[in-house]
Amino acid sequence: MDLSLRNLTKHYGDLLVLDDISLELSSGEIVCLVGPSGCGKSTLLRITGGLERPDGGQVLQMSPPPANSLNPLTFIFQDFALLPWRTVEGNVSLVLEDRPIGEKERAEIVADVLSRTKLSDFAGAWPRQLSGGMRQRVAIARALAVRPAVFLMDEPLSALDAQTRDLLMEDLVQLWLRERFTALYVTHNLAEAVRLGHRIAILSRRPGRIRDIVTIETPIDERRHDNPGLIAVQERLWDMMREEAEAAERELADG
Amino acid sequence: MADNGTERQGTPVPFRGGGYRYRPMRLIGAATFAILLAIWEVGSRTGFISSLVLPAPSEVASAFGYLWTSGQLWEHLSASLGRLVSGWVLGTVLGVAVGFAIALFAPVRASLSPLVAAIFPVPKIALLPLFIIWFGIGEASKVGLILFGTFFPTVIATYGGVDNVDRGLVRMGQSFGLTRLSIARKILLPGAMPAILSGMRITAAIAIILIVAAELIAAQRGIGAYIQMAGSLFAIDQLVAGVLILSALGLTVSAMITLLERWLLRWRG
Repeated sequence: MDLSLRNLTKHYGDLLVLDDISLELSSGEIVCLVGPSGCGKSTLLRITGGLERPDGGQVLQMSPPPANSLNPLTFIFQDFALLPWRTVEGNVSLVLEDRPIGEKERAEIVADVLSRTKLSDFAGAWPRQLSGGMRQRVAIARALAVRPAVFLMDEPLSALDAQTRDLLMEDLVQLWLRERFTALYVTHNLAEAVRLGHRIAILSRRPGRIRDIVTIETPIDERRHDNPGLIAVQERLWDMMREEAEAAERELADG
Repeated sequence: MADNGTERQGTPVPFRGGGYRYRPMRLIGAATFAILLAIWEVGSRTGFISSLVLPAPSEVASAFGYLWTSGQLWEHLSASLGRLVSGWVLGTVLGVAVGFAIALFAPVRASLSPLVAAIFPVPKIALLPLFIIWFGIGEASKVGLILFGTFFPTVIATYGGVDNVDRGLVRMGQSFGLTRLSIARKILLPGAMPAILSGMRITAAIAIILIVAAELIAAQRGIGAYIQMAGSLFAIDQLVAGVLILSALGLTVSAMITLLERWLLRWRG
């Protein structure tokens, strides 16, 4: 499903957070959104997913979502957002319970997504028993269960330690190679953006505006840490972001 | 450096950690009880404690034995328990419902929360005469009093609990297209459950205090009435037996809530 973000503007009170943002997202493409903290990346993602209303502009679905998609725009959150009072299985089943599918089919979907994320052995575990990486895999399984047309990923790896982040990044790469999903991926980590994004949109500090969009031609499965082209791209991104990040760091949080 | 072959002497780092940790010591609790009872019994037997002031534990035990064998225990206990359970269950169910309404709907919060704040601190026992005028001297006034007394703390505990549920979880529910009812039932209610259960612990104690107070004033049957009767007859052994029954009742209720917590909050581990 193609998405089109058109002239999005958002204020919080008198504070202009997003200023005239336009972005196209086409099927099978991962667009990464990078920018200094507080630049409105997450707000933009929430507007895209219909969790917040923009003050101006609109988000358009350019074609009807696939018929089998239960929840076309599906989030993956930084803090995982698992219900601590439900087991792994229960957390996945939660998002299917309000859908018109039978109990048997629901159990099949849950079993299927748990096996695809290698979580079958942990179906009965409580979230508190799992490591951060496992919790995020449960959240990914939950997202897969509703067969999304577009993933909206809000810094999905930021709450994890470095090794877990690398492992989960490999999982995401494998997942994309298998399923060719569409995603808007918010991060402040340039290495993640360069590893996973087809295009990378750089947002300026508040008010957030799109400063540049960088396209990476190297196919996702051929990207390696030591690829000189990718390192050059990352350097370029950092040069653009450095100034913004430095200025953003000096701003008061509630200024 | 120790390169001359001999090992260098050193002093071990002194230990200064430890302590400040809860260790279960069940036997000591039981022993405290036993020692106090023994002192009390010996004091009474030697006449150090006058039997007019406090009867010996053995006399209290025999008063309790009489209560048991005569069937009076069950008569009084069942009367009190009936009022307690019905008033407490009604107060808790209504309190959770109203607490939810306050937490979820801004107009309800704006209108009801000042009202709750105004009525909550009134000692409910002061309302018993009013309740007797409204509902008569029978069961209704006592059940009503407990309902009223447990309702307000439950409301406050519930909306406080719902307010504290992580809004990120609610947003997750919305992002997956959960219905409002599902969000309330599967996210807000379990999230507020720890607060609701602590509220229940408090309201159970309030309910016991209120029922005894109400029975002291106006009842033929019930633990409160039994204590009142024993007091007016100067039957101190029966009076103390009645008080101990209340203590046992409180302990039992608290143990039951602990079991309920362990089951409902098993996800916390």
